[in-house]
Amino acid sequence: MTDAGKEVLEVSNLRTYFPVRSRGVLPRTIGQVKAVDGVDLAVGPGETLGLVGESGSGKTTVARSVLMLVRPTSGSVKIEGQEITRLSQRDLAPVRRKAAMIFQDPYNALNPRHTVGGIISAPFKIQKIEPEGGVKRAVQTLMERVGLNPEHYNRYPNEFSGGQRQRIGIARAVALRPKLIVCDEPVSALDVSIQAQILNLLRDLQHEFGISYLFVAHDLAVVRQISHRVAVMYLGHMMETASRKVLYSQPLHPYTHSLLSAVPIPDPARQRERNRILLEGDLPSPINPPSGCVFRTRCFQAQERCAVEIPPLVEVAPGHKVACHFPIATVPKSVVTEHQAHELAPVEGVPVPPAGPDRVVPA
Amino acid sequence: MSTVHAAKGVSSGATEVPERPFLSVENLSVKFPTEDGLVQAVDGVSLTIEQGKTLAIVGESGSGKSVTAQAIMGLIDRRTARMSGQVWLDGQELMGLPMPDLQAIRGSQIAMIFQDPMSSLHPFYRIGDQIIEAIRVHRSVSKKQARKETIDMLRRVGIPAVERRVDDFPHQLSGGMRQRVMIAMALINSPRLLIADEPTTALDVTVQAQIMELIASIQDEFKITVILITHDLGVVADVADEVAVMYGGRVVERATTAALYLKPEMPYTLGLLSSIPRMDKEMDRLDPIPGNPPSPINLPKGCVFQPRCAYWERVPDDLCKTTRPELLATVPDHMVRCHLEPEVRREISASVLSVLSGGRS
Repeated sequence: MTDAGKEVLEVSNLRTYFPVRSRGVLPRTIGQVKAVDGVDLAVGPGETLGLVGESGSGKTTVARSVLMLVRPTSGSVKIEGQEITRLSQRDLAPVRRKAAMIFQDPYNALNPRHTVGGIISAPFKIQKIEPEGGVKRAVQTLMERVGLNPEHYNRYPNEFSGGQRQRIGIARAVALRPKLIVCDEPVSALDVSIQAQILNLLRDLQHEFGISYLFVAHDLAVVRQISHRVAVMYLGHMMETASRKVLYSQPLHPYTHSLLSAVPIPDPARQRERNRILLEGDLPSPINPPSGCVFRTRCFQAQERCAVEIPPLVEVAPGHKVACHFPIATVPKSVVTEHQAHELAPVEGVPVPPAGPDRVVPA
Repeated sequence: MSTVHAAKGVSSGATEVPERPFLSVENLSVKFPTEDGLVQAVDGVSLTIEQGKTLAIVGESGSGKSVTAQAIMGLIDRRTARMSGQVWLDGQELMGLPMPDLQAIRGSQIAMIFQDPMSSLHPFYRIGDQIIEAIRVHRSVSKKQARKETIDMLRRVGIPAVERRVDDFPHQLSGGMRQRVMIAMALINSPRLLIADEPTTALDVTVQAQIMELIASIQDEFKITVILITHDLGVVADVADEVAVMYGGRVVERATTAALYLKPEMPYTLGLLSSIPRMDKEMDRLDPIPGNPPSPINLPKGCVFQPRCAYWERVPDDLCKTTRPELLATVPDHMVRCHLEPEVRREISASVLSVLSGGRS
């Protein structure tokens, strides 16, 4: 992963700001929403990077900026080593062969006036690619592969359920065998039994075609199920990135701790034994983010330094990066109580998580 | 979270015996005639809850859980829907009540909170004025007194800077704050039954945790009975005393929360538990229920779950296809709607759960 040339997607110092304009005949720019404010990430071949965060964290803007659906304000986005931020729409076309997207809402992502066959064959037509055996046959093979009945080629999206529509979206995304698929909350609109079917399908396609996913979601359980590595965002900034295993068992950032402790687990006995870190208040406005660390206004670890100094994203162990002045290194998440959390001694500087018994994975 | 599971029940005391539990829904059916046919949204649902307890109704879209809640609340339009059955709240039958009587109960005895707070807050009016109106509809108190109560309740549900916020419009508040305002409005007349329909589904997890904590503490404080409608088995595990699992308009399993997670018997419940990704475990692969839920216009003749069930062939004579199973007690306080023999069900359940518990944490 360290060899930069091998990454399928490499994003560095990405900033996407949206101007806030005054009303009136001659609108002036009076501020900026810093939706994404200096984000680095990388996705390797055949890898899934889960990008989690709450509403307003900027995760969806990252997803859209990566594919130039929203032009980033600054920073670099490389797909298979090729810098794409400065490409024109025309020059982006070949890039779109390599990188596709799956959207959250399967009801709005498909044109209701096009047949399923038309929707799934669109990538071939736009890219002027003639697959072996013809477009129709390729489309029907795809439909079968994603679990749709190929005989439904001429039906319209409204004849399908939410889960089936998401399968249509997936078939369209994998049509040109892309290297990268950006998935923006692909299962959050679906019922649990359907959600599981789609997660399994995405995983099978990854194994079969060697696709890399940038998987944006708010559901930490879903992200754990599908990701190899996980990145946590808050208010436009990256808080922590780690392998799936480390992030869920040895999180360092106080925000990651609070997120993990806020998700109830479907096991009554264990759920009721867990102690929860309750965050106060709401997400601050991205127009006027807090000084220093953006999380400090809701952080139970915050100290004076946090208001002054922006914590850099530092690699504290191989593959584990955290942006916090006072990470919580010693206590596994389910053991942290609200009470203890306040008393935890701050870990000075850069902690390396010890592998001793006090880091035992919570049962 | 300790407040949530600390003995939530109200001790019923020695004085016996009301004939019915605090809330009793008996054989409730709701059908909607449509152009395409008759939608059987709720099909013979019976539920009971003791005072002060939390009953969770779990199900996927189209299972009939929300329509059940709306029927209890009296929100189904009686002119268009065909309804039958009875709803007893503390000895009073609600379904047969004339509208004005029902309206007097709604908002004072029973209150409801919804997934989307904007659906119960009027965008044109200040939040304080809306709550004041809710008070004055049901009680004759002065505006000044009502405003004072409103401010107290908004403070109680955790609205910061209440004196200023009380005159805000709904759009000036965040999603979590709106949810708190709606909870304040629901609680302002001290209802005895609170129906919460997916109260946290639209919220972020950290806000969800705040809201669930708030509902639990208010329930404790005011001794309110809660019906929680949700699809989230994590939230259920967190707060419910009892659970009813709904599928295809019917209750297919009913048990205490512990029993439902430890000894589920209905194959649909097992399928749900196998479908959910776990935040606390690493699982190689999910084992989802195949297929899609049935159309409520054309429900299967026998068991509603049969078309997706992996075990129906273990019941002789195609019984699952032809005959509707009844909701029967398998052990005390645990009812299952399934034709499989109880021993067979438990065997299946044990093997599925052992696979599930095999995940690494």
